[in-house]
Amino acid sequence: MSIPTINAEGLNKSFGHRQVLNDISFRVATGEMVALIGPSGSGKSTLLRHLVGLTCGNRTQGGRVSLMGREVQASGRLRRAARIERCRTGYIFQQFNLVGRLSVLTNVLVGQLGSMSRLRALCGRFTDQERQRARACLARVGLEELIDQRANTLSGGQMQRVAIARVLMQDAELILADEPIASLDPRSAREVMEILSRIHAEDGRTVVVTLHQVDIARRYCHRAVALKDGRLYFDGPINELTDERLQALYENADLDELRASEASNGEALPSDRRDRTPHTVVTPVLG
Amino acid sequence: MNTHASQMTAPLQRRRSWFSLIAWGVLLGVLAWSWQGAEMQPSLLVTNADNMATLAGDFFPPTFGNLGHYINQMLVTIQIAIWGTLLAIIVAVPCSLLSSENLVPWWVYQPMRRLMDACRAINELVFAMLFVVAVGLGPFAGTLALFVHTTGVLAKLFSEAVEASDAGPMEGIRVTGAGRIEEIIFGLIPQVLPLWISVSLYRFESNIRSATVLGMVGGGGIGVALWETMRGFQFAETATIMLVIIVAVTLLDVASQRLRKRFI
Repeated sequence: MSIPTINAEGLNKSFGHRQVLNDISFRVATGEMVALIGPSGSGKSTLLRHLVGLTCGNRTQGGRVSLMGREVQASGRLRRAARIERCRTGYIFQQFNLVGRLSVLTNVLVGQLGSMSRLRALCGRFTDQERQRARACLARVGLEELIDQRANTLSGGQMQRVAIARVLMQDAELILADEPIASLDPRSAREVMEILSRIHAEDGRTVVVTLHQVDIARRYCHRAVALKDGRLYFDGPINELTDERLQALYENADLDELRASEASNGEALPSDRRDRTPHTVVTPVLG
Repeated sequence: MNTHASQMTAPLQRRRSWFSLIAWGVLLGVLAWSWQGAEMQPSLLVTNADNMATLAGDFFPPTFGNLGHYINQMLVTIQIAIWGTLLAIIVAVPCSLLSSENLVPWWVYQPMRRLMDACRAINELVFAMLFVVAVGLGPFAGTLALFVHTTGVLAKLFSEAVEASDAGPMEGIRVTGAGRIEEIIFGLIPQVLPLWISVSLYRFESNIRSATVLGMVGGGGIGVALWETMRGFQFAETATIMLVIIVAVTLLDVASQRLRKRFI
């Protein structure tokens, strides 16, 4: 196999005394669409932030991340080249993270900043060609008529589509999406997932998306990586993530997680189940 | 659960009432102590009422012979405030970024904050006296005095806006591979700019008020005339100057407030 797009080895992260990531290793090959799932607080978002170097791992425990064959961080220290890797990696946030007072077009053009000359970037001088390309990116997410609006006047679904257009503008080879649909209504959520999966299919981009709705993960992704309490719990084809395994993944979790599953199953979980130790699960690592 | 809660609240309430009693006692103590230190003697207002009536009478009617001169001096005062504020804004922008916790490590923001504290701690009048020695009598000394003091004030207010800003948009820019400075220009400045403009305009208003007294220590502007007429007991002239100041400050305050509202 060629160089994996994502290669994470032995990642550990603690916030204070709480260990959020516990010896996480996994690889993602070029062109995959992977769902990262797990109960809330299981470390999905933290893991994704580590991949792009927004957060660095513990310094004493080794652990490295490389994207497309180049190291982003090792032993908790960010590499200088991390900025170059970020240009080739698109990142989508749950809270969109657009700049509210700038226009939609400028928010997309910002995706170009990393690959412009420093002077032009500092003055914000974008060429006509770049503006044209930004328009085309907005057209792909179906928002070309909103280009002059301020970003904070948009709805949540529209904001997330602008964020995707920004990733398209970056021409990113890898797209990391952190709960992209968690704060959207069902219809906008479906639109956003459709757009992501279209980019994956048409442009052959590698996509890693954290989700907490397993049915959506099943519909759009072939492979699932599941985290539980900061440990890698499952890694394999999503159809092997059976209902029993899912049950085990979500049980023993926090109280609100239990309530959510009770509500969806329509049955109460016996209290003794909470204390049962979770199954040890085979983690077939694709390589 | 309920009985437990009421058991908890009873001693809590008793403790609170004790606390408020002590707080009132301390407050009254401080007031009495300060009354002594400030040598408050309201009876003097009554016994010296005749003197004050004479003094107040000297202000009327104001004389308008030198009105043109005073208006010119008021314009100089406004010019001092304009340049003092502008220079301060230019310097306060980088200084505020360098004293923001969320942008730079502690060994940068701590010294920078202390430097800004020092600029702010010393009053404009004191700086004006120092600059008069350095650059001589006149409006330039006053401008520099306003500049240094206002830099300290604006840097603090600007950096508070920066620290209260949302980190999300900056992260959004960072992950596109943009550099640190681009991140600030595109992710941070658009967020804080309205507040920065509003705060700067407010400082401009208060700098006009401060600039009217800079002349008393040689810093130029209408303060020179104010000081001279008061020392010469020409209170009718003083009254005219005060009227000019009141009118100018009111007009500019209103104009600046209107402008500020547009940016919030």
